Amino acid sequence: MDLAALDPLLLLASLLAAATPLIWAAMGELVVERSGVLNLGVEGMMIIGAIAGFAAAVATASPALGFLAAAAAGAALALLFGLLTQILLANQVATGLALTMFGLGLAALIGQPYSGIKPPPATRLAGQIDVMVPLGLALAGAVWWFLARSRPGLILRAVGENHDAAHALGYPVVAIRLAAIAFGGACAGLGGAHLSLVRVPQWTEGMTAGAGWIALAIVVFASWRPARVVLGAWLFGGVTILQLNLQALGLGIGSAWMSMAPYLMTILVLVLISAGRSRAALGAPACLGRVFDASG
Amino acid sequence: MNITRRTLMAGTAAALALGAARVRAQAKQKIKAAFMYVGPVGDFGWSYQHDQGRKAVEAALGERVETSYVESVPEGPDAERVLTQMARSGADLIFATSFGYMDQVIKVARQFPNVKFEHATGYKRAPNVSTYSARFYEGRHVIGLIAGHMTRTNTIGYIASFRIPEVVRGINAAFLAARSVNPKVQFKIVWVSTWFDPAKEADAANALIEQGCDVLMQHTDSPAAMTIAEEKGIYAFGQASDMREFGPNARLSSIIDNWNPYYIARAKAVLDGTWESTDTWGGIASGMTEIGGFSDRVPFEVRKQAMDAAIAIAAGRLHPFTGPIRKQDGSPWLAPGETADDATLLGMDFYVEGITDSLPR
Amino acid sequence: MLRLEPRPEPSRAMQALTPLAAVLLTLLLGGLLFAALGKDPVAAMRVIFVDPLLDGYSRTELLVKGTPLVLIALGLSFGFRAGVWNIGAEGQFIMGALAAGAVALAFHDVPGLWLLPLMALAGILAGLGWALIPAILKTRFNASEILVSLMLVYVAEQFLIAMVSGPLRDPQGFNFPLSRNFHDSALLPLVLEGSRVHLGVPVTLIAVALAAFVSRRHLFGFRSRLLGEAPRAAAFAGVEAGRMTVICLALSGAAAGLAGMFEAAGPAGQLAPSLPVGYGFTAIIVAFLGRLDPLGILLAGAVMALTYVGGEQAQYVLGIPAAANETFRGMLLFALLAVNLLVHYRLRLVRRAR
Repeated sequence: MDLAALDPLLLLASLLAAATPLIWAAMGELVVERSGVLNLGVEGMMIIGAIAGFAAAVATASPALGFLAAAAAGAALALLFGLLTQILLANQVATGLALTMFGLGLAALIGQPYSGIKPPPATRLAGQIDVMVPLGLALAGAVWWFLARSRPGLILRAVGENHDAAHALGYPVVAIRLAAIAFGGACAGLGGAHLSLVRVPQWTEGMTAGAGWIALAIVVFASWRPARVVLGAWLFGGVTILQLNLQALGLGIGSAWMSMAPYLMTILVLVLISAGRSRAALGAPACLGRVFDASG
Repeated sequence: MNITRRTLMAGTAAALALGAARVRAQAKQKIKAAFMYVGPVGDFGWSYQHDQGRKAVEAALGERVETSYVESVPEGPDAERVLTQMARSGADLIFATSFGYMDQVIKVARQFPNVKFEHATGYKRAPNVSTYSARFYEGRHVIGLIAGHMTRTNTIGYIASFRIPEVVRGINAAFLAARSVNPKVQFKIVWVSTWFDPAKEADAANALIEQGCDVLMQHTDSPAAMTIAEEKGIYAFGQASDMREFGPNARLSSIIDNWNPYYIARAKAVLDGTWESTDTWGGIASGMTEIGGFSDRVPFEVRKQAMDAAIAIAAGRLHPFTGPIRKQDGSPWLAPGETADDATLLGMDFYVEGITDSLPR
Repeated sequence: MLRLEPRPEPSRAMQALTPLAAVLLTLLLGGLLFAALGKDPVAAMRVIFVDPLLDGYSRTELLVKGTPLVLIALGLSFGFRAGVWNIGAEGQFIMGALAAGAVALAFHDVPGLWLLPLMALAGILAGLGWALIPAILKTRFNASEILVSLMLVYVAEQFLIAMVSGPLRDPQGFNFPLSRNFHDSALLPLVLEGSRVHLGVPVTLIAVALAAFVSRRHLFGFRSRLLGEAPRAAAFAGVEAGRMTVICLALSGAAAGLAGMFEAAGPAGQLAPSLPVGYGFTAIIVAFLGRLDPLGILLAGAVMALTYVGGEQAQYVLGIPAAANETFRGMLLFALLAVNLLVHYRLRLVRRAR
C-alpha cells in the first residue's frame, strides 16, 4: 500500500464536492457577520434548505427549481431570525440557537413523507462535480468583489464596523442587515440542498449532521475573508475526505484526535490574526453581535 | 433458534443475569406494548425496522394490543425517564431497542417487577428482562458469497461504524465467505465512527469506489452508500432494511433485521402469561436475520449457491465460522471442521487471516 | 405609525406580563401546529404543560432535567451581563464530566466519603480550566471568546470520544465506547426516596439563592452589569475589563464543569459519548429567557425542562412525533425572545412629522 494509489484528481474532485456545502453556508454567514450580525442558526437554515430543495425537486422533477426553493426557504427562516433580532431586538446568540432547534424540528416534520424517495438526478459536470461546485467558487469571487470593490459592499461593511456612524450618515442599518441575513439564509439553504440533492442524494432526518456548525468555524478560520473561506472549507472538508481515503487505502488513521485538528487549527489561526492587532485590521466586524437600536 | 447463553458470559454479565427465573403471570385480555427507539422512525435503517416490528405486532394481535413509542431517545439519563414513564403508565411489555439502554433497562426493571422488558443487543438480563439480537453474521456469510462472485476488481469495500464485536464479526464472516468463492478477493475497510451520518457515509462510499471497490457492504444505518453505489453503477447490499428503493440497479440483496416474528411472539407470550426471561440470538432459521430478494443481476448459479448456503445455515448444517481459520496474525483459531463457539463470537476482537487492514485503535 | 420607544427603566408590569403573553402566543401557534398534524391541540398542551406538573414522578424528573440547565445558565448570566460571551459551556460541561468521571474510575471500588468532593473539585477545575483558554486568548491576544469557546466544544466532544474509546473504556464492555459504571461511592446520594433527585438539585437551588444575592447586593454583580451596560463608566469606576473577562469565564466554566460532574455522578453513572445532550447550548437560551436574573433563570429552566419531559409524554400518549415537539420548542423560544422587547421598550402611536 502506498500513497501513489491515491489518484490526486479523484481526491481533488471529492474534496471539492465535500467542501461545496460548507463554502455556500460559510460564504453566506460571512456576509451576515460582515454586516455586524452573528447568526448561529446556520445548521437550522441548512437543513431547511435540504428538505425544501428536496421536496421541490421531487415535486417539479427539476433540481434547479429545488435549489431555488432551498434558497427561498433558507432566506425565509433567516428573515424570522432577522425579525426577532433586528426589529424586536432579541439577543442574537439565543435567537440563533433557537433557530437551529426550530429548523431541525421543522425540517424533520416536513420531511416525514420524503424518506425513501429518490430525487431527480442533478446534472454532473464531471465525476462528483456538479454545477454548484464552480458556482460556489464564483460566489466566493462575487462576494469578494462585492465587499472589496462595490459601493453597496462598502456600506455593508460600514454598517458592520460602526452601526451608529452608518446610521448617522443616513444608511438604513436595519434594512441592510435584513438583506444580509436573508442572503446568508439563502446561501445556507443552497448548501443544505447540495447535500440532499447532490452529495448524498436522499433525504434523511438530521442529515446535515453538524455541517452548519463547521461553516461557522470556517468563517472565523477565514478571518472574514472570502478567499480564505474557500481555503477553510477545503481544509475542514479535506480532513474528513483524506481520513476516509487513507483508510480506504489501508493506512488506518481514523480517530477522534484527527477530527479535533481543524478546530484547534481554527483557534490557532484566530489567535495569530488577533494577536497584537486591532480588530479592524483583522477583518472581524467591530459590531459583530451587538444590538443596534436606532430609537435609542 | 433460542439459546440461553447466560453461562457463557463471564464476570459482570453473568452476575447481573440473575438466571432466567420464571415469573408467573396470568393470561391477559389486552396488553400495552411500548417501544423506545434511539433514532427517528424515519431513518430507514435501525429504528425504522424496529418500528416495522411494532406495526407487525399491531397487525397480528389487533384489538388485544395497544402500542406506542418514543423516538430519538438519547442513550443515558433520558432513556431511564422514558422507560419509567412507560412502565408507570401501565405498559405490560417494553422494547428498548438500542445497546446503550442496557443499564437503564436493568435499573428500571428492578423497580417494576411486573413489567416485562425486552432489550435489543444487550447482555445483561434479569427475571423480567430478556435480551435479543440477530445473528447478522449469518446474513453476512450469504452476501459475502454473492460479493465474492460479483466483484470484477476483486476489491470489496466495507463501511464500518465502531470497533465492537458485532461489527468485527460481520467483516470476518463476509470476508471468509467472499474468499471461499474467490481467493483473490481483498477487503478495504473504512471506519466512520458513527452509526448515522449520511454525508460521511456517502463520502466513505466514494472513497472506497475510488480505490477500486466495485461492491460495497456497510454496517451503518443510512441508505447513503446504496444511493452512491446506484449513481456510480456499482453494487451494494441493503443493510437493516431492504433499501431497494435507493438502489434499484445497485442492490444485489440485503440483510434485513426482521424483528416482526420475535415481537409478535413476545407480545403473545405476555398475553398468554407464558413470558419468561430468555436470551435470543436468532439467525436465518428464526427469520430474525432475513435475506432480501436477490437481484436479477446475480447469475442463477450464484443465486443458487447463496440460497443453498442460507438453507444450510438455517438447518444447522453450515456454520459461517468453520475451521480451518487462522487469525490475522497467523495464529491458529479454529481447527479443521471446528466451529466457533458463541462466547468467542460475542467477544470477537480480531480479524481473520487474509484481511490486510488493521483494526483501529 | 407605530414607534418603539425605550423605557427609562424596565417595566415591572411587562416583566410579569410578557412571559404570559409569550405563552399565549405559543399556545396559539403550537395549537395550530398540532391541529395541522391531526392531533387534538388542547390535549397536546395539557400533556406537555399541565400533566407533568400534576404528577409526582414527573415533577421530580423536572428537577433532574432542569438542574444542569439552571446551574450552567446561572454561571453564564454574569458574563452575559458583562458582555462576556461564553457560548462554549457545552465543552466545559463535557470536560467537567470527563474529569469527574476519570477520578471516579481511577478510584473504582475504593470506598470513601472523600471521593465525591474530589470528583466535584475535578469537575469544577476542568470546566474552569477549559473556560480559561478563551479567557486567556481573549485578554492576551484579543481573540474572540465567542468563537474560541465554541471551537472548544467540538474539541471537547472529540476528546470525550477518544477517552471512552481508549483509556477510560470499560475493560469488560466488549469494546463499546463506554466507561464502566461508577462505583457506589462515586454516585451522588439521592435526596428524595424513589426518585432520581440527587444532591446536585439542592446544591443548584442554593446556587440560585447565592447568585440572586451576588447579582443584587454584591459589588461583583454591580460591576458586571456596569461593564455590560456602560463600559466607559465601568472603566472610570475602576472595573478592569480584562480581569472581569477572566473572572466571568472562570465562573461560568466552573458552573458548567460542576453541572457536568452532577450529570456524570448523578443520573448517568458512567461516561459515554452520548452524555452531552446539548445542555450547554440550551442553557444559553435559558439564561436569556430568564433575563439573566437568577430567579428568572430558575423559572426558565423549569419551562424548558417541561418541554422535554412533557414532549416525551406527548410522543408516548398522543403519538406526536419528536420532530413536532422540537418545532414547538423552537416556537416557544421565539415567542419568549420576541416579547422581551416590551420590557425595555414601549410601542407608541406617533404622528409622522410633516
